[in-house]
Amino acid sequence: MTAEKLLTRNFDRADSHTLRAYLETGGYTAWQKAQTLEPAAITEEVKQSNLRGLGGAGFPTGTKWSFVPKNHTGPVYLVINADEGEPGTFKDRYLLERDPHALIEGMLIAARAIRSPTGFVYIRGEYVEPWRRFSAAVGEAYDAGYLGRGFDVVVHRGAGAYICGEETGLISSLEGKKGWPKLKPPFPAIKGAFGAPTIVNNVETIAHVPHIINRGAAWFASLGTKTQGGTRMYSVSGRVTRPGVYEASVAITLRRIIEDLGGGVTGNGRLKAVVPGGSSAAILRADEIDVTADVDGLRNAGTMAGSAGVIVMDETVSIPEALMVVARFYAHESCGQCTPCRESTGWIYKMVRRIVEGRGQKDDLDTILDVARRGAGTTICAFYDGAVGPYISYIEKFRAEFEALIPK
Amino acid sequence: MPKLTINGQAVEVPAGTNLIEAARKVGVEVPHYCYHPALSIAGQCRLCMVDIEKTPRPTIACNTPASDGMVVWTETDRVKETRKSIMEFHLINHPLDCPVCDQAGECWLQIYYMRYGLYDPRMRDEKVHKPKAVPLGPHVMLDAERCILCSRCVRFCDEVTGTGELGIFHRGDDSEIGLFPGKELVNKYSGNVVDICPVGALTDRDFRFAVRVWYLDSTASICPGCARGCNIEVHVNRRRPHHNEGRRVARLKPRFNADVNRWWICDDGRYGFTFVDDKTRLVAPSSREDGAVSDATWEEAIAAIVGALGRFAPAEIGVFASPKMANEDLWALRRVLEQCGIRRVAFRVPPPVPGDEDTLLIRSDKNPNSRGAELLGLDGDGAAILRAACVRQVKCLWVFGHDLLASAWDPAETDAALRALSLLIFIGTNSNATSERAQWVLPAAAWVEREGTYTNFEGRVQRFRQAVEPLGQALPEWDILGRVLQALGAEVGAPRAERWFRELTSGVPAFGGMSYQAIGDTGAVLNAPSAGQPRSEPASRTPLR
Repeated sequence: MTAEKLLTRNFDRADSHTLRAYLETGGYTAWQKAQTLEPAAITEEVKQSNLRGLGGAGFPTGTKWSFVPKNHTGPVYLVINADEGEPGTFKDRYLLERDPHALIEGMLIAARAIRSPTGFVYIRGEYVEPWRRFSAAVGEAYDAGYLGRGFDVVVHRGAGAYICGEETGLISSLEGKKGWPKLKPPFPAIKGAFGAPTIVNNVETIAHVPHIINRGAAWFASLGTKTQGGTRMYSVSGRVTRPGVYEASVAITLRRIIEDLGGGVTGNGRLKAVVPGGSSAAILRADEIDVTADVDGLRNAGTMAGSAGVIVMDETVSIPEALMVVARFYAHESCGQCTPCRESTGWIYKMVRRIVEGRGQKDDLDTILDVARRGAGTTICAFYDGAVGPYISYIEKFRAEFEALIPK
Repeated sequence: MPKLTINGQAVEVPAGTNLIEAARKVGVEVPHYCYHPALSIAGQCRLCMVDIEKTPRPTIACNTPASDGMVVWTETDRVKETRKSIMEFHLINHPLDCPVCDQAGECWLQIYYMRYGLYDPRMRDEKVHKPKAVPLGPHVMLDAERCILCSRCVRFCDEVTGTGELGIFHRGDDSEIGLFPGKELVNKYSGNVVDICPVGALTDRDFRFAVRVWYLDSTASICPGCARGCNIEVHVNRRRPHHNEGRRVARLKPRFNADVNRWWICDDGRYGFTFVDDKTRLVAPSSREDGAVSDATWEEAIAAIVGALGRFAPAEIGVFASPKMANEDLWALRRVLEQCGIRRVAFRVPPPVPGDEDTLLIRSDKNPNSRGAELLGLDGDGAAILRAACVRQVKCLWVFGHDLLASAWDPAETDAALRALSLLIFIGTNSNATSERAQWVLPAAAWVEREGTYTNFEGRVQRFRQAVEPLGQALPEWDILGRVLQALGAEVGAPRAERWFRELTSGVPAFGGMSYQAIGDTGAVLNAPSAGQPRSEPASRTPLR
């Protein structure tokens, strides 16, 4: 089921990032076609394709576009989230490095759909090479006249905060402010960047759009599951033979991602656990991987597809230590705005660390679970809920391992 | 106007009203830290959660506008549990140093823990440590460990003063309030951040460790620092005098008045009360003869004044009334002037440097009652009175409070004028270079030691009330002047400020129909704008931001 490659089809060409290579493989033909379509028709096509946001939330892309107020008179902004910060996720960097024009073409089409004169691409600060490659491609696109005729692209580099990948945190940062997520309502589609209606989409999501326009919504939808169309790029890491980025239909199962794409489990060769969608996704046990790796398949399995960062752990991995690493990450990256998240990410990290260091106390595990549950759903953004995923699932599914560390 | 129900009570509120304010309208308190009606919505503290029917989980009330048909419950089990959790989160890293914290007794962490927390603490790990006792500016001290990062102070400096000194730095539980590099919290309203800080993170350097707040008594008053007449509370320490080095007035706090100062006062006003307990206070009538000062009784002092009023011809007497005097005092003075036929009167003495002014509250006229003095007809040419003194047309000068030697007028000429006088009478709260020259010095009660009214630059008449007893033998000016009038043989009623005010309202049409009761706590506006008053301030008021 390694379906036809769309996003990664040119990745093997050494010059895949150049305009020439992109044009040779059919680049910008979708944009030509899109210019003959009404904006609403583009949005409708994307809706029908069942394309869902591939940054993490899995929201239907066409539906998101349709939230832009129809009678709005000022500017509308398209913002591309290239902040890729979710631990275990490294797909967008490949797209930016190896097929930057796919993003530019997708942006042109998306901008036409939402009537946006300006697109911002917010690139993670650590992504130096992706930024160079993408900026060069933007230069080529201006020179070739794709950009600068009714649509401009502004490339903006982040400064290394996970929270700036949250769409409204990203907008705050883009606006020159501290990267704090904003209160909703108003939602970005109504009042986003610089006070204007704004659509924030992930790199990979937008890179899919030219294929949908060229080959039709029905074809794209048929590549995936009933509720999610197309392929996506799975970042496979951890204890696998061949870690890397793999494009596959979203209907692929987790088992096949690990065994076929990743080449099987290393370490002691026996799978212990998988985090299927980046660090914020709840962990699955080895016996829970026969599920499709699409948005709804993984939601039904009690976790999430998230950013499709598949982190594989073999039996030699200590789950408490893994949780300590994850908890340290969330404590370090909490923006500090909302009290529950600011205070409890640090607290939970301290408790998990204490357990790992052999200084745990009997009720620590229940305290962590209770604190995580109490804080869940009380904050401005989804960061804390993302942290709660691992807190609860690691402990619930591997409780004995934690208890073994706590002195009797 | 959306109609909704809150805890079963129907209420109608203007569109855009949030659920905290809507609940307030029906007497329901929604606990909160970061929300402040004067500031933008931050939604950070997460304490103001309420249940809204058809909403899957509790929602923050501050960012939820009331809408038609909304059914809100603020005390469901779910809301109570959420509040309890949020309180725990607020307190896990808090140092719990209430015994040495100035905020104790008026701290919203204490209040809300007792109301909504009452859980058993579970935090057994080392708390996060942050800077303590950091001076942010001349008036404000920061304890970052006590801070709950509600960002009210940051938003105040961004949105009200527009000075932007403060920010929240670092991330997660390392987050802390601080100054931007090279900045100091020196804006003219910096003390307000202490008021809006719901916890002990920002404390008033002037008030730190001075007295516990539960020993303070509060009196509604008016700031005498400029023509705005900001509404204030005077907090006095009478119960533990040893706690504050004998300072009776512990602090001034702004008192909300939507039409005058909203929630704020400026730092000059806030810290401008020190003269009340100052060493320069005049505490007994005294006379000076050949350089020797001797205390006198009020009877002797009044007799001396009455004697002078008889000894000099009315044209030989000049009077400097003060725009710091209350309407009641000024009316009593007018009665005396009328009784004696004195015409040479003025109240304006130009300050050596013009007063500062801004668009928020601060007025360049640093007197609380210039408008009142104008309306009572006491405006005149002060410089002309001094010139007349120089040439001995004026031989007796009666000065209320002013230091004529510290004015914009040429000190040499003023000095010459004072030297040429046969008699200088000074009535005021504190001594100054002019009082040092006077043959008679009579102590007046400071504004916190008495009651009265001021008329602000917009024509709003506002009451201030007595917070402490007058120091020594000091008396309100209306009382001193009443005694003079009586000695002059005039009819004077009961010695009460209110009686003088009543008399004033029948004597000056602009005040017609007013009463202390009608003025109440928020003031009353003069009847007709005093058009034709030569130097009155414009009646249109600068809108507050």
